[in-house]
Amino acid sequence: MNARRARVGYLFVAPFLIVFVAMLVVPLAYAGYLSLFREQLIGGTTFVGLDNYVRALTDERLLGGVLRVAEFFLIQVPIMLLLGLFFALALDSGVLWLSRFIRLGVFVPYAVPSVIAALMWGYLYGPEFGPIAQLAGALGLPAPNLLGDDLMLGSLANIVTWEFTGYNMIILYAALRAVPSELYEAAAVDGAGTWRTAWSVKIPALRPALLLALIFSIIGSFQLFNEPQLMQRLAPNVIDSAYTPNLYAYSLAFTSQDVNYAAAVSFLLGLAIVVVSYTVQLAVNRRRTP
Amino acid sequence: MNLSRTRWLAVTAGAALVLAGCGGGGGTPAQQSGGTPSSAVSQADIDKAMQTPTELTFWTWVPDIAKEVALFEKKYPAIKVKVVNAGQGEPQYTKLRTALKAGSGAPDVVQIEFQYIPTFTITNDLLDLRPYGAEALRDKFVDWTWGQVTGRNGEVWAIPQDTGPMGMLYRKDIFDKHGIEPPKTWNEFAAAARKLHAADPDVYITNLAGNQNGAWMGLLWQAGAKPFQMAAPDQISVSVNDEVSKKVAGYWGGLVKEGVVSTDTDFTDQWFQALNKGKYATWLTAAWGPVFLAGSAKDTSGKWRAAPLPQWAAGENKAGNWGGSTSAVIKSTKNPIAAAKFAEFLNTDPESTRMMASEQFLFPPTKALLEDKAFIEEKPEFYGGQEVNKLFAGISDTVSKDFTWPPFLDQTVNDWDETVGKALADKTDPVAALDQWQQRITSYAESQGFKVAQ
Repeated sequence: MNARRARVGYLFVAPFLIVFVAMLVVPLAYAGYLSLFREQLIGGTTFVGLDNYVRALTDERLLGGVLRVAEFFLIQVPIMLLLGLFFALALDSGVLWLSRFIRLGVFVPYAVPSVIAALMWGYLYGPEFGPIAQLAGALGLPAPNLLGDDLMLGSLANIVTWEFTGYNMIILYAALRAVPSELYEAAAVDGAGTWRTAWSVKIPALRPALLLALIFSIIGSFQLFNEPQLMQRLAPNVIDSAYTPNLYAYSLAFTSQDVNYAAAVSFLLGLAIVVVSYTVQLAVNRRRTP
Repeated sequence: MNLSRTRWLAVTAGAALVLAGCGGGGGTPAQQSGGTPSSAVSQADIDKAMQTPTELTFWTWVPDIAKEVALFEKKYPAIKVKVVNAGQGEPQYTKLRTALKAGSGAPDVVQIEFQYIPTFTITNDLLDLRPYGAEALRDKFVDWTWGQVTGRNGEVWAIPQDTGPMGMLYRKDIFDKHGIEPPKTWNEFAAAARKLHAADPDVYITNLAGNQNGAWMGLLWQAGAKPFQMAAPDQISVSVNDEVSKKVAGYWGGLVKEGVVSTDTDFTDQWFQALNKGKYATWLTAAWGPVFLAGSAKDTSGKWRAAPLPQWAAGENKAGNWGGSTSAVIKSTKNPIAAAKFAEFLNTDPESTRMMASEQFLFPPTKALLEDKAFIEEKPEFYGGQEVNKLFAGISDTVSKDFTWPPFLDQTVNDWDETVGKALADKTDPVAALDQWQQRITSYAESQGFKVAQ
């Protein structure tokens, strides 16, 4: 009986398992395999063991990219999560007028394809004929070069924030909806106002959801690719091929034809993401248990 | 009649092959990569192949090329050609490489830009078209375009489709307003640049984009640089920082630093607006530029004229090339004869070539069309009725024949963007950046197993 049940269980997970193995495990294993070789235009393929990993660990361009996305993470993620939290709380408290409209408005950018988003922001950021530059000109201010070396990371952070605030808001808002109403009643009986309820009841209740959003954001930041790749067309001399680690891996594979090294870089990046995510999770959970 | 003509082609092709065989450096490793010179395919085999029901796949980004393809299918009803747009330029090459690596899914015939031919021959992916009578086509094409598709041992790797000899499109109204004659030398160009920008700080004589390696290579080509040369399939000499390159980089770096030449990223929304609004008094562009500009800067119709590029020495008459494509046959094709004949037909058939010039506005590489009155005597309104095609047809004859490309073009372009291009955009020192570029290419080439000479 038990054995049969187990078999039935496997049958049920089979569709998932097959796709999972074929689309994720096999390519991953293949990439791992590739990363142990070196293929040259002249000389063909040779087994090089961990050489590619050693090279990656001392690659200044890769390190530069990792530091850049780390900086991006430290600046952009707190802003985005705070905004998401703010909107979620505001919607949940029911104090907003037109709350449906606002909920939709904040969420819509997430539904805009990133290509369109980059086109749109590219236009807004345009250093000469873009509206921001025009406005600055009309006010007699020097137009900020939003696509220049200094401001590019901030400009990208702005796009990503615009795109993903709504997404995080929905995660947090859903979690808030799941808070049992008895808690609010108890808080009200104890004399807590809106702010106090938000601080002492809602935010603690949101901790797991916030952690989830944070982990997603870590992964998203370190894997930053779409936005810089699209902006690269507008500012090709600012966003170079190693601007973010993912961009670098892509360029190694498709421009330099160095698939093997690209695989090693991707693996190291994945490893770094796992380490950072796990560290954050540990830190958050430790604080929870006094 | 058709038959006898093709037979004649086959015979001459055979003769040419023998000659080429004699001329080739005997027994160098080159022959391994160039493929052993195979004997010409017999006319009987060609006839048979052209009458056997076959389906060819053709990757190209030329819009509406189905019209030209239909001409081929009409002549050879047994052969069907499936046209696939797999992206323009780089995206297509990426897909092509993936298909080639995977060993399936590659097309039979593919559009490849001149500069990318060595990148695909180093990996041994293109078919030498000599056995299929391609040598006999040489005389139909402008010499330098044939040079671009010819391998080190005389292989014919592709058939030229269109070209981009470089000239200068300029705003006659802006020049007239400031009393500037269209510059004939780069010295005059520099003087005009300063005068123009001093008179109107919103106007730059031209824009040299820091992302446009193609234009840069064209300017190097004009100056007579020979940045990449292959001594053998595994030996490359890289000299992107030689005296000629330094002269070009120093010239432009100086103008950029003075602020009289802008370095906006080209083919962006900003750049199109700038062209429309008269920010640039000239566009140093290729023969495909005039039609492109007429479509993109409609507001400025009638104000533009065309002229040859300014020269390094007065009285000289030299140009470089920027862009242009070929049709190449992928080596793994199962139907080499039909594929080769298709590439040939598309780019040599009088009706097909004329159509490409008049419908797709591709600038022709064939001598016949460059002498065709209907083509060269067109007088587009956008250029005030000037015979722009005639001008560029003349320029096409002044492009040097012996400019060659590296076998890893994507990498050299990428490295240029991040060194020389960046120096231009940042208004720093492009001459110093040449050394970085040289160093990057060298270390890449070495890591790929090439022996590199400076």
